[in-house]
Amino acid sequence: MAVDPALAGRTFPPTDPYPVSREKILEFAHATGCAYDGGAAPATFPIVVAFAAMTGLMTDPDVGISLHRVVHGEQRFTYTRPVVAGDVLTATLTVDTLRQIGGADILGTRSEIADADGRPVCTAFATLVHRGEE
Amino acid sequence: MTGGWSAGDTLPEQAYTVTRADLVRYAGASGDFNPIHWSDRVATSVGLPGVIAHGMFTLALAARALDTWAGVTGRVLELGCKFTKPVVVPDDEDGVDVLVRGTVTSVTGDAVHVGLEVTCAGQRVLGSPRAVLRA
Repeated sequence: MAVDPALAGRTFPPTDPYPVSREKILEFAHATGCAYDGGAAPATFPIVVAFAAMTGLMTDPDVGISLHRVVHGEQRFTYTRPVVAGDVLTATLTVDTLRQIGGADILGTRSEIADADGRPVCTAFATLVHRGEE
Repeated sequence: MTGGWSAGDTLPEQAYTVTRADLVRYAGASGDFNPIHWSDRVATSVGLPGVIAHGMFTLALAARALDTWAGVTGRVLELGCKFTKPVVVPDDEDGVDVLVRGTVTSVTGDAVHVGLEVTCAGQRVLGSPRAVLRA
């Protein structure tokens, strides 16, 4: 099954609110060797929330993505402020672009990550490469 | 510390050893349990030479180097890369070394632009990795 061509421009519902605990940041910092002094979470920590948004896209039966065919091609974050413990984050994913190259679908996604007041925290841009059937 | 940086500055190379245990720990911390990051059987079945590190784990190591160079956390305004080559992690005690190098490419107002080079076994594993830090 191919990816739905009408996907470009579609925005998915926000992910469930994700309460960021000090323990979760510590676990992530420990796993990556990053320093954590109780303030800013490691820069790539928001992937935890962005990953949930991408999983929502990839497992949506209407979208037509086969998970085992997906490769993470590119990732970029822009930050309004660092994530800190106590934040309650949601990610809202939009498929900005959909291109077809050599039988693969290239999805350019943007997840806007916001706090409990709806204020922007960071934006996670991911390029997902969905390889076609061999 | 970033305040003293100027274009052309070379930041000291950081070397990080990555083992299978690190990948398991990162899977749990990040929630990414794709079996290509812990099962040789699955990794080889999709044409990989063996278990590979999560691309986001490698990017996290680049972020770790940025914090080390800055001497403080929370300064990153932008960070990104392409995932170009897999970091193959052997099932042994030694693991593999990932090297992170950085060069200050420009300083504009409050923003310090850093070009990164992330290598494993002499090969660049991230494409165009770069960051912007708040001075």
